[in-house]
Amino acid sequence: MNAKMKPRPPGGRKILNMIVNIWAVLSAILGIVALFWITITVLLKGWSALNLDFFTRMPTPPGVEGGGMLNALIGTFVLTLIATVASVPLGLLGGIFLAEFGQESRVANNSRFSANVLMGMPSIIVGVFAYAVLVVTLGNFSGYAGAFALFVIMLPVIIRTTEDMLRLVPNTLREAALALGFPRWKVTLAIVFRAAKSGLLTGILLAIARVSGETAPLLFTALNSPFQHFFSWNLGLDEPYPNLTVTIFDYAMSPYPDWQVKAWGASLVITVGILLLTISARWIIRTRKA
Amino acid sequence: MKQTLEKKDYEEDTIPESELFSPQDKPKPARGDTYFRWLTAVCALVLPLIMIAIGLALLYYSVPALRKFGIGFFFSEEWNPVTQQFGALSSIYGTLVSTILAMLIAVPLSLAIALFLVELAPPRISQTVGTMIELLAAIPSIIYGMWGLFVFAPIMAGYVQPWLSTYIGWIPGIGALFQGPPMGLGMLTAGIILGFMVLPFTCAITRDVFQMVPPVVKESAFGMGATTWEVTTKVTIPYGLVGIIGAFFLGLGRALGETMAVTFVIGNAHKVNLGLFYPGNSIASAMANEFTEATEITYISALICLGLVLFILTYLVQIVSQMLLRRMYRAWSVGL
Repeated sequence: MNAKMKPRPPGGRKILNMIVNIWAVLSAILGIVALFWITITVLLKGWSALNLDFFTRMPTPPGVEGGGMLNALIGTFVLTLIATVASVPLGLLGGIFLAEFGQESRVANNSRFSANVLMGMPSIIVGVFAYAVLVVTLGNFSGYAGAFALFVIMLPVIIRTTEDMLRLVPNTLREAALALGFPRWKVTLAIVFRAAKSGLLTGILLAIARVSGETAPLLFTALNSPFQHFFSWNLGLDEPYPNLTVTIFDYAMSPYPDWQVKAWGASLVITVGILLLTISARWIIRTRKA
Repeated sequence: MKQTLEKKDYEEDTIPESELFSPQDKPKPARGDTYFRWLTAVCALVLPLIMIAIGLALLYYSVPALRKFGIGFFFSEEWNPVTQQFGALSSIYGTLVSTILAMLIAVPLSLAIALFLVELAPPRISQTVGTMIELLAAIPSIIYGMWGLFVFAPIMAGYVQPWLSTYIGWIPGIGALFQGPPMGLGMLTAGIILGFMVLPFTCAITRDVFQMVPPVVKESAFGMGATTWEVTTKVTIPYGLVGIIGAFFLGLGRALGETMAVTFVIGNAHKVNLGLFYPGNSIASAMANEFTEATEITYISALICLGLVLFILTYLVQIVSQMLLRRMYRAWSVGL
């Protein structure tokens, strides 16, 4: 019997394993190459477009050299700020319900499911929704509609990260505070929130990073505008609103080389901004863990 | 009468101990708590309301187009704003084809990268590489579009497409896919870029799944002399199959609705072509390109009806992926 049990020749299996390992390493390299290729392209092409004028001047008419993107920079900032201010309180409270009160109840499960679906919903659909709700009713493209679309995209992200972060807080902490006679709302806001502070901040920063690079939801809500009525009482939000991302789209598709260079400049600004936000958000949560 | 009363008194003394602490004795929650609870519940309910409102709004605005073109809307290739004839076939076809191409790239790549991150790389390298892959998700869609149009498309036109049509294009059957004008813009370019955009999402979850397989199970296979590849295919992947499929559905949902990058490179032609080099369009790119130009009710309605199709598609994909991921996380008793 023993004589018949020859070991299988290991050759084929070893070679297959080797091939797969090489394939795995190459895939990882490919992913890194894609990241660096894109960021370095943006860096190289965008750098030449950046100067003081870019940040401090309004755009010039097509064909006229010079000018900058002051209006679009302010516009993106204002739209993102409004969306953040609207969605953060609502999202934090909704997240509290999911983590502290609702848990596995039907209401909470429905809300959680909708949050997951909305997070995967194409942003252009949200744009259409904002168009139907605000552009059709108000009669023209406006900054309100753009901010609303960004708000709808942001809200589910903040609710879900809030829930996840609150769930990481150990129950003993809640019990200790409740045993001292605190009402539940005070326990949540004063104790649980403090324990989850860095996680919540990370979630909010990531949501802002995600929203500030969105183009599709702004295409037919805020549209775009070469003007900026920033000093009127409503920041000019009742009119088409300038913003960086749609400006990039318009300028990149235009036949003017000067505009295309400006589009790269705007791309650089937005990419660096978002990468910085993302990395700092990760850094906050990592220093917390250590 | 008196006797019974006495009897009752007597019985009250011997209430079993378990009944002494009846539920009614529990202190009522503070009034602030009740309000707070309701406030948070209302905030949480905003989401389902928004989701229903999105569905209803899309349905309401696509009624004119559906009434005019009927069910034929989904099977007609014609798209002519001048004659007001609209059909969704080319957009739906383009969405599906570009998504399939993206998944063909993202699935093997994310499996391989997860394998590298979990099994092969030392912890520090694994952490760094993992972060870099995740940063791919932070780059905005429009930047992918810019890069695709100005950097990647010329490379496709100059090298990749001529090579593919010379060496694969002549093979009967599969060769038909590699036909068309080598302009660099088209389905293939869009699909490749989409694949890289989806990669970080699928890769993150695939890596989690690989990591959550208990080391004991893997080590026992390694102890029997299995190679890394055999452990992955025979232990890790079967163990986490539900989660991996869930991850791919999540990526699928992303690829279906990705807008700006596709709009830049897909070529924007309302045509159905088998060849992958031909320009086409997707639902999202058609909406992004034409929505602001549309003025007639029928035109806008046709575009919103495309949006409705996309909404339903992503909704179904999301349901499947939520179900699978939920089942996996629950089986491993980790909160989703």
